[in-house]
Order: sequence, then C-alpha cells, then structure tokens
Amino acid sequence: MTHEHDDHHEHASELSEMQLRVRALETVLAEKGYIDPKALDVIVETYETKVGPHTGARVVAKAWSDPAFKRALLEDGSKAVAAFGLMNRVGDHLIAVENTPQTHNMIVCTLCSCYPWEVLGLPPVWYKSAPYRSRAVNDPRGVLADFGVTLPAGTNIRVWDSTAETRFIVLPMRPAGTEGWSEEKLAGLVTRDSMIGTGLAKNPKEA
Amino acid sequence: MDGIHDMGGMHGFGKVEPEPNEPVFHAPWEGRTLALNRALGYTGIWTIDQTRYGIERLPPDVYLSSSYYRKWEIRLENLMVEFGLIGADELKAGHALRPGKPLKRKLMPADVPNTLTRGSYSRPASAPARFKAGDRVRTKNIHPQTHTRLPRYARGKVGMVEALRGCHVYPDTAAIGQGDNPQWLYTVLFDGRELWGESSDPSLKVSIEAFEPYIEPA
Repeated sequence: MTHEHDDHHEHASELSEMQLRVRALETVLAEKGYIDPKALDVIVETYETKVGPHTGARVVAKAWSDPAFKRALLEDGSKAVAAFGLMNRVGDHLIAVENTPQTHNMIVCTLCSCYPWEVLGLPPVWYKSAPYRSRAVNDPRGVLADFGVTLPAGTNIRVWDSTAETRFIVLPMRPAGTEGWSEEKLAGLVTRDSMIGTGLAKNPKEA
Repeated sequence: MDGIHDMGGMHGFGKVEPEPNEPVFHAPWEGRTLALNRALGYTGIWTIDQTRYGIERLPPDVYLSSSYYRKWEIRLENLMVEFGLIGADELKAGHALRPGKPLKRKLMPADVPNTLTRGSYSRPASAPARFKAGDRVRTKNIHPQTHTRLPRYARGKVGMVEALRGCHVYPDTAAIGQGDNPQWLYTVLFDGRELWGESSDPSLKVSIEAFEPYIEPA
C-alpha cells in the first residue's frame, strides 16, 4: 500500500467531498428532528478543549507520588480515577497496567479503535491506522523503532489487544532524577504515547 | 466476520507515522462527524456493537482508502437508512423530504457533559464463570459471518486465563439486534510463539479480552 492511502493523508478532493456530504447529512438529521446542531457544537468544543491526555498524565503523576493511590489504581482503575476527582464521572472497566524494568506494556485495538477517551482524549490518527493495528501484535519492537524507542535488552513486551469494553492505560516508569518533584511537575513528563506504550516518560532534562 | 477490519498480524501496511502536534480534528467536518455519531448514539437507536458492525461491513476497498472519520460518516449514513430513519433520496436532496420518526430521546446542549462518560457494559450473570485465572484454554476456531470480537490471529490458539473481568454485554449478539446475552469476559494471555510461530520475538506476550463463548478448556 502506498502512503497516499494512509489514513492521515487527507486529499483536497476528499476534504471538499466530505464537507458537503457531512453538511447534507447534518441538515437532513436536524430537519428530521433527530439532532440539535447546538449540541454538536458543545461536543466538538469539549473534545477540542477539555478532554485530553493531560488527565491521564495527572493520574500517572499521582500514582508515581502516592503508593496507596498506585495500588488502588492497579486494583481498580475506574474506581481510583473516580476517587481522584479530576472528572465528574469515570466510565467503567478502566484498567491500568504497570511498566517495570522487566516488562513493557503496549495497548492496541486490532479490530477498530478502542482507546481510553476519558483519560487520554481522542486517539491520534496513527493509533487507528492499519500499520499500527496490524503490527503492534506481532512486531511491537518494530513499532517502537518507528517511534524512535529502543527498550533495554532483556525487557519483555506485553501487548494488550482491546477486544472488549475494557480500556487500558499504561503506567509508565518514573524517570530517574525526579525525586522530590511535585505531582504537577511530574505530570509534565508524562506523554500521551507513554500511556499507550509507544513511548517512555520524558527525562527530566527533556522537560 | 472475516473482514478487512481484522488487521492484527497482517503484513504490508508499512511504518507507523506519528504526526507531530497532531490537531484533535484535521478539518471541521471530522468534528461534526464525531458529534453526529455521539448525538445519534445518545438516542438509543442502536448499540455500540451495531455501529462497529456498520464499519466492518463497508466494502474493503472503501475501508482501506477512507480516512477514519470518512468511514464514520458513511457508516452513519448507511445505518440511518438501514434503520429506516432517513431515505437515500433525502441524503441526495440534502434536505428532509418527510417528517422524522419519534425517537426515545434527543441530545440537547445542556445534556452533553453528562453523556461523555462511557456507560457500563457489566450485566448480571446467569451462571457462574466457567474459568478462573491460571486455567489453560484454547480459543475456538470460529468464522461467523456477522460481528465477533475474537480476532483471526487468536483463533484456535492455546493461552492462559490471566484475569476475570466480569460479565458483560456480548458483542456477537448485540451487534445484530439479538440482545445483551451477557457473557463472562476474561483476559487471555498467549505466548508470541503460539500466535506467530518459531520466528516470533521470544520476549513477546499478547493478550485479548475473550468472552466465554470464545474459549474452551485446553
């Protein structure tokens, strides 16, 4: 497959086709009384400005700082995140998986695009793309190389295929040299990709 | 169904290409498409599995050559027509030609914040779980023509039950309008070599979330 067919290379022709097509669909659905376009505005604004990986980063930073929270998070992700109070409500079935020097975790959805929206926002295009969905389960080290990440020799890789309504977030390893850092400062080291498992948390020097 | 969506382990799609500073939406119509899907989902006319099955039934060439939200848009048009809620003639006209049908509810702006939380898919169980953590199981070699969440690469493979995740809505029936049919859900762990043979990375383990009907004792 050539790159011109990749998900994230939007063609001008598709762009104008889709603008017209979506406008027609929205008009029909509004005129039929099925939707309120103002509600659509609120949804778009929410995903553009409110929901995102900053929430997951706060969860990870707290887990790094608070051993009791970390235990609770690994025991029941939904319950621990709800108790943290970053969001009004947290959906069920959130599972946090911990990276260790022995095991690196990576999350994928080979069948569609399942992703923990509430804590990470909407998934990036690459997460939903054929290259990632096809290769994560049989060549995760190759995928990591695409992200410029090499794991130390001897690290095992564990891939979680999100084939049901359970949702996964990776708890990356806390970088060395961050002793005594505040949760807020630590959250700045937690990248979206580190919570999917295609990256590592940033070094203090990169922050 | 053994469709193009079931991509785990396929070759030839090339490198993963992360986009630096990727925007949430690449064009306004993408945001509208996501919002339309959310707003229609709120009305309760279909299950999440019916919408996934709607994507899987796109012709493979359309699936592969369309961007993510283009697939969502076409799926939404198709489902609305399939459920008899709009006509193809109305899509073509770009306007309603007949009054809408009554729906259970309609998403209003003030309700949006409360609809962003995922619902629970847990359901009461009608029988005890058949397996427990540590059990060796084999996934079934099934090829249903309709929606399933057992990926092809993990069929007929021996793994270990790692965790019991509760009793959940069963996608295979929910996708075709045959009800929740709750089933126990397990995380089942496989060695890379069981899935990919001798050439597999020996340090690789892969898990799937497997509903009880997908597995049997090994």
